[in-house]
Amino acid sequence: MSGTEGLLSKEAPVTFHGEPGGGLAVAFWATLKRDLVLLLRRRSEVMNPLVFFAIVITLFPIGISPDPQLLAAIAPGLLWVAALLAALLSLDSLFRADYDDGSLEQLLLTPQPLAVLALAKVAVHWLLTGLPLALMAPLLGVMLALPAGSYGVLAVSLALGSASLSLIGAIGAALTVGLCRGGVLLSLLVLPLYIPVLIFGAGAVQAAIFGDGVMAHLAILGALLAIALILAPLAIAASLRISING
Amino acid sequence: MWALINKLRSPKWFYGISARLQPWFWTAALILIAIGTVWGLAFAPADYQQGNSFRIIYVHVPAAFLAQSIFVSMAISAVVFMVWKIKICDMAAAMMAPLGAAMTFIALFSGAVWGMPTWGTWWMWDARLTSMLILLFLYLGVIALRGAFTSRDSASRAASVLAMVGVINIPIIKYSVDWWYTLHQPATFTITGRAAMPLEMWLPLLIMVLGFYSFFIALTLTRTRSEILRREANKRWVRELAEEAP
Repeated sequence: MSGTEGLLSKEAPVTFHGEPGGGLAVAFWATLKRDLVLLLRRRSEVMNPLVFFAIVITLFPIGISPDPQLLAAIAPGLLWVAALLAALLSLDSLFRADYDDGSLEQLLLTPQPLAVLALAKVAVHWLLTGLPLALMAPLLGVMLALPAGSYGVLAVSLALGSASLSLIGAIGAALTVGLCRGGVLLSLLVLPLYIPVLIFGAGAVQAAIFGDGVMAHLAILGALLAIALILAPLAIAASLRISING
Repeated sequence: MWALINKLRSPKWFYGISARLQPWFWTAALILIAIGTVWGLAFAPADYQQGNSFRIIYVHVPAAFLAQSIFVSMAISAVVFMVWKIKICDMAAAMMAPLGAAMTFIALFSGAVWGMPTWGTWWMWDARLTSMLILLFLYLGVIALRGAFTSRDSASRAASVLAMVGVINIPIIKYSVDWWYTLHQPATFTITGRAAMPLEMWLPLLIMVLGFYSFFIALTLTRTRSEILRREANKRWVRELAEEAP
């Protein structure tokens, strides 16, 4: 009996971040802050998608033609597809480190709903991947001779759309995190689901070039984000439970 | 309703009831497909515009119907499996996925063969073709995810989550592809753009559609039965069944 008591007393000090039972907001911000700090300490991982984006965009003029007129015609689609792939590639590591060191299990055990904590992790992914990609896209747009007047729309549509991409992609990342080689499978699962976002994102930039109204496209991107924001965290949480409980 | 759900929990009960059901569906499938094929290919009048090449509709349309219905029934089975933990539903969903992918492929392939004489090209980025192709990718994703797990329980639950995510996305993908098509290309030719079919063309089509649905039910029953035997191979009733057999 004394042995078990000894074990219990060793496990006894449990520390909470913030107030004990401090509620949802505290847990959300704590997860957000922790992930931000962790990722910002590994700067190269944050930079890699951006470099990938730039390299892929460089490949197209080399592979197709350096003719500015031709490039201008396909630039909206190219920029969107390349940004989408860059965001996709970084998804595999979204839950990977936490899964490997066991902190994902601790997230499952917290009294707060897993969906909200997963949302915080996805928000970090968007802040450090989607948003920088959106800010960088106009620069690459200049190199592809993207017609003037569409740069703002390009950045806004990418910022809005990549949030949906992060949310949808996180479902795939959560489903494949337990598999040792989930990378290719992840893109197989996620890419078909990305198509609506691609259509309206690239469509917004096209509309801006042709001088049509862009608000319809941006509104639908916003609507897609709203749906994803409601439903995706639940699917992510369910998928994480499946991946961890084996 | 509840009685049925409780009975479905027992694979043995399902094995018995499906043994009585499956001959009816196999007979119906054989008779309907035989009648529909002969009537459609030999006796239905030739189309005044497309000649005899329109007869491919008798394979194309039923396959396209099934391709979509199977995904929905797979997702419904997935919901029932996740909510009530009924294993039969998961077995059925696992058996449906390859058939659904095959039907999607048949619909795409027959559409390509039909496209050559009517449009003069094997492939067009038509809205229907594109959404069908994306549906094929969704099927392949579900099959690949199920195959990637070593534990059958996680494979079942992961594939169920993906089927549910997919079925929520199918209408979104469908409408965004329609929008994309109308924005990018003027509608030049649509398959169903013609006036409603005459009755003598439409009746064999209806028979073929019913025949394909009976075939789907019959095949799913038969394959689920063998999957029950495979998964329950260690249960006593399966062993007794194997000993009774000559």
